[in-house]
Amino acid sequence: MTDTSMAPPETGIRTFDYGSDEAQARVKRRYKTEARFKLYGLLAVLFAGAFVFVLLADIVRKGMPAFFEHRVVLTLDLDASLIDPTGRREIDVLRNADYNKIVMDAWRANFPEVTQRAERRRLEALVSSGAADDLRAAVIRDPALIGQKVRFPVLLSDDADLHFKGLSTRISAVAGAGALDVKVNGREVELNGSGQPFAAILADVKAGLMQDAERVGAELARLPASQQGGNNAALDARRIELTQKVAELRRRAGDAGSAETIDFSAMPSRIIRAEGAAIRLQEIGPGSAKGFLLVAPQREIARLESWTVATFATPESNRKASDADISWLETLNARGAIEKAFATRFFSSGDSREPELAGIRGALIGSALTLLVTLIVCLPLGVGAAVYLEEFAPKNRFTDILEVNINNLAAVPSIVFGLLGLAMFLNFFGLPRSAPLVGGLVLALLVLPTIIIASRAALKAVPPSIKEAALGVGASHQQAIFHHVLPLAMPGIMTGTIIGMAHALGETAPLLMIGMVAFIVDIPQAITDPGTVLPVQIYLWSDLPEVAFQAKTAGAILVLLGFLFVMNGAAILLRRRFERRW
Amino acid sequence: MGSKFLGVSAIALAMALSAGVASARDQIRIVGSSTVYPFTTAVAEQLGKTGGVKTPVVESTGTGGGMKMFCDGVGVNFPDATNASRRMKIGEFETCQKNGVKDIVELMIGYDGLTLSHSKKSAPTKLTRAQIFLALAKNVPGPDGKLVPNPYKSWNQIDPSLPNKPIEILGPPPTSGTRDSLHELIMEPGAEQIPALKALKASDRKAFDAAWKTIREDGAYVEAGENDNVIVQKLEANPNAYGVFGFSFLEENAAKIQGVTVDGVVPEMDTISTLKYGPSREMFVYVKKAHVGVVPGLDKFAQEYVSDRAAAEGGYLEKKGLVPVPKAKLAEAKANVGALKVMTGEGLPK
Repeated sequence: MTDTSMAPPETGIRTFDYGSDEAQARVKRRYKTEARFKLYGLLAVLFAGAFVFVLLADIVRKGMPAFFEHRVVLTLDLDASLIDPTGRREIDVLRNADYNKIVMDAWRANFPEVTQRAERRRLEALVSSGAADDLRAAVIRDPALIGQKVRFPVLLSDDADLHFKGLSTRISAVAGAGALDVKVNGREVELNGSGQPFAAILADVKAGLMQDAERVGAELARLPASQQGGNNAALDARRIELTQKVAELRRRAGDAGSAETIDFSAMPSRIIRAEGAAIRLQEIGPGSAKGFLLVAPQREIARLESWTVATFATPESNRKASDADISWLETLNARGAIEKAFATRFFSSGDSREPELAGIRGALIGSALTLLVTLIVCLPLGVGAAVYLEEFAPKNRFTDILEVNINNLAAVPSIVFGLLGLAMFLNFFGLPRSAPLVGGLVLALLVLPTIIIASRAALKAVPPSIKEAALGVGASHQQAIFHHVLPLAMPGIMTGTIIGMAHALGETAPLLMIGMVAFIVDIPQAITDPGTVLPVQIYLWSDLPEVAFQAKTAGAILVLLGFLFVMNGAAILLRRRFERRW
Repeated sequence: MGSKFLGVSAIALAMALSAGVASARDQIRIVGSSTVYPFTTAVAEQLGKTGGVKTPVVESTGTGGGMKMFCDGVGVNFPDATNASRRMKIGEFETCQKNGVKDIVELMIGYDGLTLSHSKKSAPTKLTRAQIFLALAKNVPGPDGKLVPNPYKSWNQIDPSLPNKPIEILGPPPTSGTRDSLHELIMEPGAEQIPALKALKASDRKAFDAAWKTIREDGAYVEAGENDNVIVQKLEANPNAYGVFGFSFLEENAAKIQGVTVDGVVPEMDTISTLKYGPSREMFVYVKKAHVGVVPGLDKFAQEYVSDRAAAEGGYLEKKGLVPVPKAKLAEAKANVGALKVMTGEGLPK
């Protein structure tokens, strides 16, 4: 029962008037500071979270395409006389048959009009060189297929795959206006129509020319003024050249009725599609156009009542897939022959120089083997060292120096361990290069200090009463440690070990010296086989020129992150399960 | 528990060690240049698929590092072949000889052009190597011909006909083979195009060499690391910047970047293979003859590298960005591989 209005007793004791304005302001200020601090903290967390989110979202966006592949479903004629002429189903005969011919014959049959050598090579390049390997594997698995006609998914090459992943060009299609008369002469096509059917396309082309003129004009405006008495020959020549170019572009753009020839290195391509045919426009006038037949129609055409014109926004010379490539692929897509599927081969095959065939399995197994060696070596050594130093070692100068050095070792740059590994394991012991065994040993050296430090902390955290009780009922020192203290410290030791392992999982620098930064196709079967690890695979892929490897790189990063999540998840799980509180 | 662990792991380790000690090797091992790596790996993969041997292991160690390992000796502990983005130097050849690597087969596998490239968003550029030298060198000749610290901040200060854009060039660090090429293919010839430096070369060779070997460090040249893809991304983001890298990257990324015309020649397959395009270079693979017949498939590897389906025009190496050698030279290379012709060390650069 308090009465705040009661006057303070006059006892000489210092009194506080919590109700005064001053005191209330002080309290308010204190609360404000706390609220502000909380806000700062929250902002810091949100800021860091936003960074992580952006990073992850970027990697996921870039990496998702790596998990999917596009295939074309073809009907393959598995002619027995071609695959197994003897009819005895001998494995060697089956293995050496020319499966590439079977795939390519079926693939080329889609476009019989392609006869010229260079064009045929382009067409063939759209199918992966791995398609024949797939077929070989399927036939060897099930020789009963021989002699049949089977529908088989044939893997597309990286460029074709990138097209379907939306990475070649933006395509916009609009319906054409008015009927066209078609005159086909070989692959050359002449299109005529009454009522200016191409007027809209031509206007579009002219608008593009106008933009070019403005771009060149801006460049002209940026040229510096000629200097008095200076050598201006090059500058003046450039100015005249650009002025003429602008005038020419303006003239062409302004003359709405004149025909235009498409420059495929600088202008978007326009393709007329009708009746299954694709005609690339080369010369466009308002009422007539000339073009090239990229894909032949399914029946002979003399007149087109309805047609669409597709515009490939990126000029042909600025992309890997040519107009013909895209038209072939789109034609097959329209026929429903293209399928998108989960790329299981990303997880089932080793490295390759063909992006569509390259997989992560070699690196995944390599990482697992390397970490296994690391764990087997450094867990007993690390725990043993920690137990000795914490519980048995005398406290003297020597152990002090030892302790300082262990702490120092944890901060040594990792490349140094690689050099040590090269000198010791490879040159002195003569262990094989590029082997997960050596990688594991080097990484064990790297994480050993971490594990010793973590284990000592875990041992220290076990209350002394446990040990004393054990000693009190007559256990020896060793029994007290091994039967009572160590089991209780185990969750902490495990957590430290897994964090050390996660550290080892992300290392590439020490592995460079011992030859694990390498192109290795075969999946390692043992710790002495050549192998590589996930972060090295990421590094190697990121350095390759093919665009499709960028998705593979991001995909491999996702796999590595997944691996890390699993390991750290295990650490948390172990701690939750076995942690004891006192 | 700890003791049990200790025992188990000791046994495991002992087993691993005894299994690991190198006996005869049945897999080809290749080291060397990161520039040649994309081509050698393609050949290695092809050999693994069709040659009936294990796919060779190809390490990316850099030309210099590869040479060192290659020349360390003969035997299963040493690599069978090394990639090089330049010719073997006379010093390296001598080291090889000294360490018993007497018989070396040299394969000239193709060309690579060193390009200066920039974003497609900016207007095409034409430069001479002298202009590139003036943009990149730490010291350039001043008005009186004496060397002064590079004063040029924007391109039009070098030549009024060049655009008024700040000089920003991304390129390889000193450890890279591409950096060696930048010096040898652009900086040195560029310096020779400048009269004041040509005079200096005659009078003071050392000062001249120092001039083209030293790249400015005031921020106009940015070392962008060994990863060329990163340079491409940065060029896309910054239309003012130029990047130094191999022709294969320009070709693969033709949608995003364009090559600078150097000394009036556009970097293209044709201009590079005829060496018309100035900054182009030859690439090599060196094979140890002593390992042929010991390591299975090594001769097949060399043959595959110069085979028509790999190295000729239209072969798979061209698709990977290598500029193929002309027919006559390829025929010569094939004959050399067939006979395993050994290098004599004559005509090697210093």
